[in-house]
Amino acid sequence: MRFGADVVLDEVDLTLRAGEVHSLMGENGAGKSTLIKAITGVIPMDAGQLRVEGRQVRFSTPAEAQRAGISTVYQEIDLLPNLSIAENIGLGRERRRAGMLDRRSMTQRAREVLADLGLDIDPGSILGSQPVSVQQLVAIARAISADVKILVLDEPTSSLDLDEVGELFRVIRELKSRGVAILFVSHFLDQVYEICDRITVLRDGIHVGEYRTDQLLRIELVQKMLGQEGATLRERDPAPVARPPADPVLSARGISVGRRVESADVELGSGEVLGIAGLRGSGRTVLARALTGVTRIDAGVIRIEQTEESLDSPRRAMSLGVVYASEDRRRDGIVAEMSVLDNITLGLQAERGSFRRIPPERRRELAASWVDALGIRPPDLDRPVGTLSGGNQQKVLLARLLALAPKILVLDEPTRGIDVGSKVEVQHLVRSMADNGVSVVFISAELEEVLNVGDRVAVVRDGRIVETVDARSTTIDGLLALVARPDEGDGGQVSHG
Amino acid sequence: MNAIMKSRLVWPASALILLILVNTIARPQFIKITVRDGELYGALIDILRNSAPLMLVALGMTIVIATRGIDLSVGAIMAVSGAVALTIIDGSGDPGNLATVLIAVVVALLVSLVLGAWNGLLVSVFGIQPIIATLVLMLAGRGVALLITGGFITTVNSEPFSFIATGYLVALPFAFLISIAAIVAISVIERRTALGVLTEAVGINPEASRLAGVRSRGIIWSAYAVSGVLAGLAGVVYASNIRAADANAAGLFIELYAILAVVLGGTSLNGGKFSLAGTVIGVLIIQTLESTILFLGVPSAQSPVFFAIVVVVVVVAQSSRLRSDLTKLFRRTGAAPAPAQDREKAEVAS
Repeated sequence: MRFGADVVLDEVDLTLRAGEVHSLMGENGAGKSTLIKAITGVIPMDAGQLRVEGRQVRFSTPAEAQRAGISTVYQEIDLLPNLSIAENIGLGRERRRAGMLDRRSMTQRAREVLADLGLDIDPGSILGSQPVSVQQLVAIARAISADVKILVLDEPTSSLDLDEVGELFRVIRELKSRGVAILFVSHFLDQVYEICDRITVLRDGIHVGEYRTDQLLRIELVQKMLGQEGATLRERDPAPVARPPADPVLSARGISVGRRVESADVELGSGEVLGIAGLRGSGRTVLARALTGVTRIDAGVIRIEQTEESLDSPRRAMSLGVVYASEDRRRDGIVAEMSVLDNITLGLQAERGSFRRIPPERRRELAASWVDALGIRPPDLDRPVGTLSGGNQQKVLLARLLALAPKILVLDEPTRGIDVGSKVEVQHLVRSMADNGVSVVFISAELEEVLNVGDRVAVVRDGRIVETVDARSTTIDGLLALVARPDEGDGGQVSHG
Repeated sequence: MNAIMKSRLVWPASALILLILVNTIARPQFIKITVRDGELYGALIDILRNSAPLMLVALGMTIVIATRGIDLSVGAIMAVSGAVALTIIDGSGDPGNLATVLIAVVVALLVSLVLGAWNGLLVSVFGIQPIIATLVLMLAGRGVALLITGGFITTVNSEPFSFIATGYLVALPFAFLISIAAIVAISVIERRTALGVLTEAVGINPEASRLAGVRSRGIIWSAYAVSGVLAGLAGVVYASNIRAADANAAGLFIELYAILAVVLGGTSLNGGKFSLAGTVIGVLIIQTLESTILFLGVPSAQSPVFFAIVVVVVVVAQSSRLRSDLTKLFRRTGAAPAPAQDREKAEVAS
């Protein structure tokens, strides 16, 4: 059985081959999402042609693309959490017997599809009760249970942990061996290099080139994504750092939140960047939220500049100069439908209260200066933030916090899901904040980034801080050993790219 | 920004103008305004005067809806407020005394404030879903009103009290002036302070607002309190108009018309961005429509159908999906768009 497929666009060319995993790389705004949408019939193409197995096709709806064998699994899983896994897989192609839903054969069919992929998942369980990783795999199972020739995976790993990524990759390899052409879109360079055969690079909506993964060095890839200028990822100047901090700005002792964080101690010096490394679910986010009044602590003492404080709300923490940027920008970071202007000034206005309005001219001036300082694109104050790219949304969120002139900045995965260019900018911003005396807690899943940006790195595992190490004298492998469980030495898929 | 707000108001505004046109064509005296004894009379003036209770209630509803909430208790609060005011006036020795009427109105508004605050407490502190929290008062409120009036329809004969709904000041109906005052007051409170923006932030994304340091609890609470006071004022105007406190009929179904007015005005029931101007137009559409039904002589049995048809047309015309479908249709038949537009779309999409 052989499937051949190639997809061609007018200005941008993309060729997917049967049995190959192909990566689409580019900064945010390069046109990846648009290209995917054009291929899958979500938006109509204005020019260019699309051929599947040599036959020219034209899709005006996603359903038409699906009938031609092109299935897509989106970053946000678009399944129904209140239905069972079998129902989700069979949705839209229900089997009926005498007009009634034939549940038995639906469950049977789902079991076959799951087993086919080597997945041990109960098809009768409710989807919403399963972890995100399982939901993701179910979405893939659903996508391939139709007669799929091309599978598009848009950022499938962004909310998965190491083991889960491994499971996903096993499934991808299985599909590959069956001759499915896979388009894999991810920001994690490591994962791209691990799973992909070819890479197509886009930049600013133009086609840069197609490369074989084994013939393209990472630094070359990054340069192609960024363009010629500004292509170097500058290393931070090594600076002598005094540690442990003699005079901590923030000192937390014995912090416990349920069983998710257990008696954690955190000390943060003035102008210091404390990196926090840990896997998803290790307690790193709960710890960050506990330090910023977002989540209440069950036990422990938090001192800010030597004074014991009860941080019972984000508002209280902010009044003490402690601010938090959530890892989930869209959920509890930005206010998507509000303008860049309103988002940047939201924190400041909230601090002043409802009835002491910042004068409109002052507000615009202030927001414009932050848009300028952080290079927010497009520099349009009245644009709804939700229409900006991920990197620019993150910058808007940072601008809101920085406008408050914080003493302590707690950033939870500030570089997640944003393009390489913005990522480097955010890292530099964090360092320059620290150089100006702001203390920063910097959480990241990427070990290399934590080591590069942090002065010290605290490693969180199973709700405890297991070690706090010196960033400059620690290697990625050394940190990896601390992050992974001691009895599981492999951990080969930690992204440190 | 301005352009967007304007375009959102285009549909309801044209619906209103169309309604007035239809009426004028059917009976030209519709738009005729006569001056008698320095006071303005005419069908349009009647619409402005009669719309006062709905206007007051809908303004409050707009703010509540902006916080992602809903206030079903406004009709019941109207009944309570009317009952309180009339019971005080009736119980006093001198119903015609201006001071008595003022005291009665102020007490009625204070009671309404307490009821609104009760709603706000249930929603913002106890976290009860707004539809349930306000349903409590919607059901119980009329009982309270009946309790106050002792189960009777209290009627009074008080000149100053009747003036509220039927009197004239500087050539205009006093009830309409109350509407104007409320519109101006609410606009100033929401738009000249930061309350409006913070309310929208809470309505769009409550958790992000909390993390940004917004006192969302207070903002939500105040929205219900404002809605309560405005409903109370509407209750006073209503009672003044019929010179009676009718606990069963006062403000019956007004919550539904108020919600309709808010939606007609382009404010989403999902909360967030709200338009007070839109609500004002929405209220005027509903009031004009009611007059139209009378004016055109639509048999009263069929009037709800007529009403429903017009509402459906306006709401469908506003739907963004219909608009984007029409745009697509237009695009397909028209010329291919410039590539520059696609570049921009790509930026937005990824």
